This record gives sequence, structure tokens and C-alpha cells, in this order.
Amino acid sequence: MENKRKERIDRGIKVRTEGIYAISSMREMLFLLGPRVFLIVVILMLPFVLELAPYWKRVINIICVYALIGISFDFLANYVGLVCLGGAFFTGIGGYFTAIFNVYLSLPVYLAIPCATICGALFCTIVLLPCLPLRGVYFAIVTLMYPLLFTRIIEALNILGGTNGITGLDSFANPYVEHYVIIILLLIFLFGMRRFVIQDIGLVFRGVKDNDQSVRASGINITHVRIFAVFIAALIGCFAGAYLAHLYMWAGISLFALDFSIIPIAGVVIGGGGTLVGAVIGCFILVPLSELLRAFGTFRIVIYCILLTTFIVFKSEGLMNYMQRKYYQFERWVKV
Amino acid sequence: MSKDPILSVSGISKTFGGLKALVDVSFDIQQGDVFGIIGPNGSGKTTLINCITGFIKPDAGKVFFKGKEITGWQPHKIAHEGIARTFQIMRPYHSLPAYKNLIIPLCSPRARKTGGWRGGGKHGDRSTVAVDILEEIGFERDSRVPYKLASTLPTGYQKRLELARCMALRPEIIFCDEVFSGLSMSEIAGMIPLIEKMKIEGITLIMIEHRLRELFRVANRVMALNFGEKITEGEPNVVIEHKKVKEAYLGSEGV
Repeated sequence: MENKRKERIDRGIKVRTEGIYAISSMREMLFLLGPRVFLIVVILMLPFVLELAPYWKRVINIICVYALIGISFDFLANYVGLVCLGGAFFTGIGGYFTAIFNVYLSLPVYLAIPCATICGALFCTIVLLPCLPLRGVYFAIVTLMYPLLFTRIIEALNILGGTNGITGLDSFANPYVEHYVIIILLLIFLFGMRRFVIQDIGLVFRGVKDNDQSVRASGINITHVRIFAVFIAALIGCFAGAYLAHLYMWAGISLFALDFSIIPIAGVVIGGGGTLVGAVIGCFILVPLSELLRAFGTFRIVIYCILLTTFIVFKSEGLMNYMQRKYYQFERWVKV
Repeated sequence: MSKDPILSVSGISKTFGGLKALVDVSFDIQQGDVFGIIGPNGSGKTTLINCITGFIKPDAGKVFFKGKEITGWQPHKIAHEGIARTFQIMRPYHSLPAYKNLIIPLCSPRARKTGGWRGGGKHGDRSTVAVDILEEIGFERDSRVPYKLASTLPTGYQKRLELARCMALRPEIIFCDEVFSGLSMSEIAGMIPLIEKMKIEGITLIMIEHRLRELFRVANRVMALNFGEKITEGEPNVVIEHKKVKEAYLGSEGV
């Protein structure tokens, strides 16, 4: 019997579009721009298309919030090598900061959110500081614990509104502003981060993931690099949280809920780690699915788990990596 | 009367649990030396390098670099002063192409201070500088080798990449931890001119080596360690004839 194996070869057009020659013909430009423009147009159109289904329009916002947290997780895990299980920590801190700015200090929404994003990110970075020089699972565990810790502190001390939370946050001017604030910020963060990780400083981050000892021997303080990375990730997460607080006009301890940690990670697993856009695609599949399954009540967790397990077993690389490969390469059978 | 040493190590000791890895090791290195450190397996050579470059804190002893004490500093600060090192087990950034591996040292504060490489300048394109350095170290610019993923490179090129990573920092001292091990004779023959070139450029080299014949072609002074203790130090041909060095390598004859 003849032995054959699959061979993967880059498509000609992929190679042609790697350099400046990409702008030499429409076809090449389309190859590069097509998927990106498609994604942008689809996401921008969603609020109009879903005009027919008002309930689903609300879901868009939630999807985008999860997608942002997913991007922040993917960035930390696959580009810096820090596994952050605390998406909820970032959303909670962002949400409470914007509530403080908006309700207690009565800043307008459009000032409260940016302030909360930056202050929240600083706060998160400072509290996470002690576990940044360490290698291993410490960062993952500490980020998982912090949301629980802050929930208990708020409950026990009855500060910041206690279990009722802070109510009376300003909402956005109208539903379209509500949608487009988060959609446009999502696209900015997505493409911004994709650009950022291929810059020289992004390569230093990837170096820390691949081999931290080598980076130290190269005269770079890895703790500083990690602080910077956590700050960026926290920035994205805190923005998502701040937005969410204004969307619900309420900041409470449910902003620290485990959902905000778990669903984005599941989204990254399905969408494909290390691509950043995978996080967005994954959340656009998972979150609507979990809404659809609402009819099944608690049984939906089972369906959810089966889906996740299936993905991990059969397509552990995730959708985006799979699609990217099909797009860039063709396969053929060759004799061994 | 000799000049002040560029690197001076005095009384370094380190124990791991009950194991004495290093016992009171002292030596001085002059600017421009090629200093060999030899010894059987487990004699503490790599531990010594780790202690000097800050990856391990020594229990006792002091390290002076150009008269400044650097004992117990963080590795990145020591690298910033101009002491680079390679790793015995190669540590490239696997997921990056070979030339992108050099972007990381080129981003370091030291590379910024020293201006990268040959006028790379503060705002120079780091990728261009990186390919230049790789070419110096023996990656053919026009071949595909510098653009391949570091994990797919053969051992010889990975060793060269380690050296290139050091060179990107424009260091004053390079510690080479077994750069010849695991290489074929022809690959070693290709490495020796690189070492000699670094020597001409005025870089002080400290080489840990098991391949004594190759080491003695380039080294002007050699120190021998056994069980963490310094046995002797001096000219290569004198050291190799030393009775205790022979014992360490071949075993003692009926004590």
C-alpha cells in the first residue's frame, strides 16, 4: 500500500501579499482587506439589521463586552504568558470606579468612563503587582481570587452601596450611542492590539512568554514588561466594566460575577487563542448561544459543556486558526 | 604590574541544600582575555556563571565589574552594565523568526544607550540592525535562514543565535556556556573565527568548555574547577599538565 501524507503549502497570493507588492493589484488588496472589511461591516451593521429583533439588540452590547474581556485574556495568555482568570476583577473595578466618578463626583458619562478606565487599570495593576515577578500559577490564582475578595469586602464593610450596589448611574443618550460606543471601541481595541503585538515592544512581550530567562539576560526587566502588559489588559477589561455599569445604570457586586471570567475564556478557546480576533468570533458564537439556550434553564450548562469539550477535543486550535490556515494555505496528498 | 582587572571575583561560595556547589572561588580577568573555565561534569562551572550574572545569589563572596560591586544584582541590571551570557541549553524565542529574536535585546535599555549596532541609532529600524548582526555571526543574509522560526533552526545556528543575542547588547564581557558542545567538527571550525573576531573587537570572553582542544586554540588563560573548588589557574598548556587536573578528569590512581 502506498503511504501518503498531507502537505500544506502557502497559496501564491498569500506570499505575494506579504510585502509592499500587495498594493500592485486589486486582487491582492482584496485578499488582504476582504476578511477585515467583512468583519468590520458585519459588526457595524448589526444594530441596524437587528432593528427587527429588539431583544437581540441588547445582546450585541453584552457580546461586545465579553469580546473585549476575551481580547484582554488572549493578549495576556498568548502574548505575555500570564494566564488571567480574573476578567471579572477588571469589569468589577472598572464598573465601581465609573460609579464613583459618575454618582459621587457627578462627572458626565463620557468623562466618567475614560477616567474609570485609566484609574481602574492603574488600581488593578497595583494590586496585582506582588505576584508579577513570580513564575508559575500564582498570577492565575490571585486573579481568580480577587473578584471574590472584593465582593466579600464590599458585602462585609457595607461600603459602596453594599449588596444593593450603587444605583442611579447616567445612561447613554440613546440606544444607538449605546451600541456604537462599544462597537467602535471594540474594533479600535481589536485592530489596535493586533498592530501592537507585532511592534518591537510586542515582540518583547512574546519573548517574555517564550523565554523569560533570555529576556532577563538581554538586560530587560521582565517585571516592568509584565506590569505594562497587565496595565494594557486591565485597561481593556476596565473599559468593558465601566461601559457595562452605565448600560445597566447600576454598579453592584454582580459585576464581579464569575461569568465575566469564564465566558470570555471559553470564547477564546472556541475562537482560537493567539489571534485576538478569535476572542471576538468566539464570543459572537457563545453569547447568543447561551441566550438561545436560556429556554432550557439550568440544563444549558450541560449543552454548553458538551460544546466546549467538543471544541477542545476536535478543534483545539480554535475556529480562527483553522480558518486562517484554510485561507492562507492549500493542502494536497503527496507520496511519502 | 598588571592593570586593574575588568572582572574580579573573590570568595564565591554557594550551597544547594547539603551540596557544596562552589567553595571560595576567586579569580581576576583582564580586559581582552579569553578565559577558559574547565572541569568535569557537576564541578560548578555553570553555577559560577549563574552567580556572576545574577541568576543565582551566591551565599558568600563578591563580584566586581570594573571596580563596581555587582554581587547579587538582578540579571537585567548586570546585563545592562555590559555582561552578556549565553545559555548552555539554548533559549531562543521559539515562536519568532531568527532575526526577530534579536529585536528583544535591541529593545533593551542598554542597546538604546549604546545606539544599537553600527549607527542603528535611536530610531533606526531594528529589523535591519538585527539582520546585520546575524550576518556578522554567520547567518547568510540572502538565504532563508535568518527568516526561519528559531525553533526550526539546527543546533549550530541556535548556538550562533545565542551569541548574536549577546552581541546585540554590545557587551564588554560575554560568558559562553558550552558554545561548542553538541556541534559537529565543521560547525566548531566555523565558530572559532567568530570567537577570534570578538577577541579582536576587544570583547572579553569567558568560556566554559568541555572541548579542551578547541578551547585551547582560543583561550589565553584557563581555570580548572572540581567539586566546586578552584584547582589551578594559568596558561592552558600548564593547566592541562597539572596533576590535580588530570586526576579530576581521569580519576586518581590509588590514593
